[in-house]
Order: sequence, then C-alpha cells, then structure tokens
Amino acid sequence: MSERMIINTTINGEAMEFMADSRDSLLEALRDRLGLTGAKEGCNNGNCGACTVLMDGRIVNSCCVMVAETEGSEITTVEGLEKDGQLSVIQQSFLEGAALQCGICTPGFLVATTALLDFNPHPTEHEIRYWLAGNLCRCTGYDKIVRSVQDASERLAGVKS
Amino acid sequence: MQDVKYVKPKTLQEAVSILKDNGPTARVLAGGTDIIVMARERRRDTSLFVDIKAIPEMNGIHLDESTGLTIGAATPLYLCYRDPMMNQRFPSIVDSSSLIGGTAVQGRATLVGNLCNSGPAGDSIPTLMAMEGVAHILGPNGERDVPVVDFCTGPGRNVLELGEIVVNLHFPTPRPNSSGRFLRFIPRNEMDIAVVNCSTNITLDANNVVTHARLAIGAVAATPLFVPAAGEALVGKALTDETIAATANACRDAATPIDDMRGSIRQRKHLAYVLAERTIRDAVHRIRGEHTEWH
Ligand SMILES: Cc1cc2nc3c(=O)[nH]c(=O)nc-3n(C[C@H](O)[C@H](O)[C@H](O)COP(=O)(O)OP(=O)(O)OC[C@H]3O[C@@H](n4cnc5c(N)ncnc54)[C@H](O)[C@@H]3O)c2cc1C
Ligand code: FES
Ligand code: FES
Repeated sequence: MSERMIINTTINGEAMEFMADSRDSLLEALRDRLGLTGAKEGCNNGNCGACTVLMDGRIVNSCCVMVAETEGSEITTVEGLEKDGQLSVIQQSFLEGAALQCGICTPGFLVATTALLDFNPHPTEHEIRYWLAGNLCRCTGYDKIVRSVQDASERLAGVKS
Repeated sequence: MQDVKYVKPKTLQEAVSILKDNGPTARVLAGGTDIIVMARERRRDTSLFVDIKAIPEMNGIHLDESTGLTIGAATPLYLCYRDPMMNQRFPSIVDSSSLIGGTAVQGRATLVGNLCNSGPAGDSIPTLMAMEGVAHILGPNGERDVPVVDFCTGPGRNVLELGEIVVNLHFPTPRPNSSGRFLRFIPRNEMDIAVVNCSTNITLDANNVVTHARLAIGAVAATPLFVPAAGEALVGKALTDETIAATANACRDAATPIDDMRGSIRQRKHLAYVLAERTIRDAVHRIRGEHTEWH
C-alpha cells in the first residue's frame, strides 16, 4: 500500500509543508493538493514538456518526478515567475510576441526559457530550439516562441526595453 | 500510478538489503525517466521505489589518470556533458549524454539508468561498449564487475540478479591520440528513438595506422551490439576509404534488425554502414583537433 507522507519543500520562494501520497507525482501534488494548476498535464510520460517546473535550478518534467523526491528541494512553477504582480521580462515578451494560441504549452515554455536565459543569456537560434526540444506546441509552429525568446534575451541584456 | 511506496537509503548496503527484502517489484529509482513512466503505465509491476540519489558513492565523475574514469550511477546526464574534462577526454560519452531526451530529461536521467533499462536502442549503450565500460555491481552476495558488452541479455533484460545494483561505470583512461564519436539516425533532430545508432572509439599512431578500434551499434538487434569484427578490420591498417568501408561492412553484416514503424531491415542495415563510416571519420577529426558538429 502507498503511504501518506509529509513533504517539506520551498515552492515559489515560500517554505511549504504538505501531506501527499507516496504514489503522487510532483505534477499531481502541485495541481491536486496545492492548487498550483499552472503546470499542465499533456502526456504524463515525459514527452510534451507542458508540466515543466524548476527543481533546484534545473528544469524537470514534473510528471516524471515523484513528489517524495522533492523533500528539501526548491521548486519554481510558472506561478512563481511574476514578481509583485509584474510579469517577468520573458512572460512579457511571450505576450507581446503572440507566442501562444491555446496556451496549454505556455507555462512549460516560460519555465524552460527562464532556465535557458539564466544558464545562457545569449543563446543562438539553434541553442534555443535545442534547449526547448522537449517542449511541444501544437498551435504556434514554434517560430513566434523562438522570436520571443530572442526578444527576451535582448531585453534582459538591456539592448532593448 | 500503482500503489507504490518510496524510500531513500543513504548507504549502498541499505539499498541492497531493501531491494533484496522487497523482491522483484522493488525498483531502483535513479532519474526516473524510464521507471516512473513504466510503473504508471503498468509495464513494470512496482511496489517500492528505492531512490539511490542520496548515496555518496553513487554520485560524481572522477578521472584518475592511472586507473581511469569512474561515473557514479546516480550522476545525471547534464553533469556529464557540461564537464570540461568529459568534453575534452570522453567526447563520445558527451555525444550520447546530450542526445538522450530533451533538457528536462537530461537534468535527471543517468547513463546507468539507460544501461539498466537495457533497451535495444538505448543511446548510451554503444558508447559505453566502445569506451570499454565496466559496470561495477554490488549485491547480496558481494561485488562483481561486468563489462558493458556482456550486460544486456535481451530487450529490457540484463545480468542483474535480485538485490543487485550498479554502483558505477568505469572506463580506462583514453590512450594518447585516440577519440570517439557517437551518432544516431532519427527522422527529426532531437527527442526521438534511434532508427540506428553507432559509437566508435579509435586510436592512431604517428603514421596514421590504427592501433585500437572498437565499434558498437544499436537498434539493429535484440540488444545493442558490440562488433569485434569491425574494429579488427581497422587495426594494423592505415585509414583509407577501403579500410573504412571494410569496417562499415562488418557493422552492416553484424546487424540483424527487424522491420517496424521506425525503419525497414534494408534501411537499418544501410544505416549501420553509413553511421559506422561517419563515426570513424568524425573520431579521426577529433583526434586531429578538427571541428565536428556536436549534433
Ligand atoms: C521524453 C523522453 C525522451 C527520451 N529520450 C531518450 C533517448 O533519446 N534515448 C534513449 O536512449 N533514451 C531516452 N529516454 C529514456 C530514458 O530517459 C533513458 O533511458 C535514461 O537514461 C534512463 O535513466 P534514468 O536515470 O532516468 O533511469 P530510471 O528510470 O531511474 O531507471 C531505469 C531502469 O534502470 C534501473 N536502474 C536505474 N539505476 C540503476 C542502478 N544503479 N542499479 C540497478 N538498476 C538501476 C531502474 O530500476 C529501471 O528499471 C527518454 C525518456 C523520455 C521520458
Ligand atoms: S505532462 Fe509531463 S511531459 Fe507531458
Ligand atoms: S499554444 Fe497551443 S500548444 Fe502551444
């Protein structure tokens, strides 16, 4: 039988203690126990990236992480990207660049892009496409997403406001 | 998800006894990118995840020039391909590590997880074979070392017995004037299962004569295949179009693929030839310090 367990993590900068089940994925815990529904379930098998969150600074597919594994770790979801009601530069670029249609993939792309620009502030188009290869979008054809990532990179470097 | 429990042992001995006491449905959890999905889809009966990431011996990459390279079983792929030493000395391991899954998979997945999953198309396994990798195993009856070439026994099957875990992978220090290359063929540029893959490790002397060569191919048989005849066709010979063709032919001949939705028998045998040839040429470029595209 699975077990109830108490998990201690930091989520979007806030220390959290919550009850979970040993068979919950991180995605299930976020959505069903914590009400953080930003991360989406697309495939539930690691292929689509809609569930992407940051775990200790790295992007992971939260459907492929057991919540029990997150004990003591730091998680950032799309809900944690805005600061004091202000969208992040990347979010703003996606919005202005119309990098979304239905929006299901968008939280994953935003989180993955945040990690990309943190690690590599001036990626080439190849590097952007390669880094985001695990995030699938059925609507946009990716071009506007790539342009928005480039735009955010320029804005963050202060080249453009 | 199945009714699964979770434990995170802190020592190797603890992990081995938990695995032994809980029987075959207790599963090692490394990066979880195979096993969590398989447990969810009920392709593996799973009652317990044994998370090995807190065991110190299982973590890290260490090169000792006199004894070789050790990669802990829980070391995620991104640490392999971001390591400058790995890029310089073990480029074919970097090739394989940076091609498995996308960024989110690479932050978690491990080489040993890829090996223990024992898929015929596993993208690290030909490289681990070409680089003379040895799996260091600990179990209820003690330790043993199994060369990667003898590790997989069938699709999803391997030599591990109940309670056994792979602690690390070990590789000899690369010879001077040697290098390696891994390539796979897929219909898109990333995130797909190999139609065929191939890894080469080659050493030249000052006159361009091959002194050592090892080639392995994947997705062309029930397990990834080490092809001794391919290396033998090169050793002692100068690198020419003819000797490279003889080696690539040996790979094509060793391949016994199936027809499926990813590729036909004819296409796969052809690809075994082409990838063998390309990996040899790229490995030589690397020995000479010439540029090769990573992907
Ligand atoms: C979206 C996606 C894309 C992928 N793309 C690729 C790809 O391009 N190429 C490819 O080859 N694979 C791919 N995979 C499969 C998978 O990511 C790899 O096989 C990966 O290397 C598995 O490593 P892991 O650490 O996540 O293994 P886990 O899932 O943790 O474990 C895999 C298996 O090995 C066992 N195991 C793990 N570690 C040990 C150990 N130390 N001792 C004994 N047993 C152990 C586990 O019990 C389990 O049976 C992909 C998976 C996903 C979800
Ligand atoms: S829902 Fe997790 S990758 Fe698709
Ligand atoms: S906007 Fe619809 S899937 Fe990307």
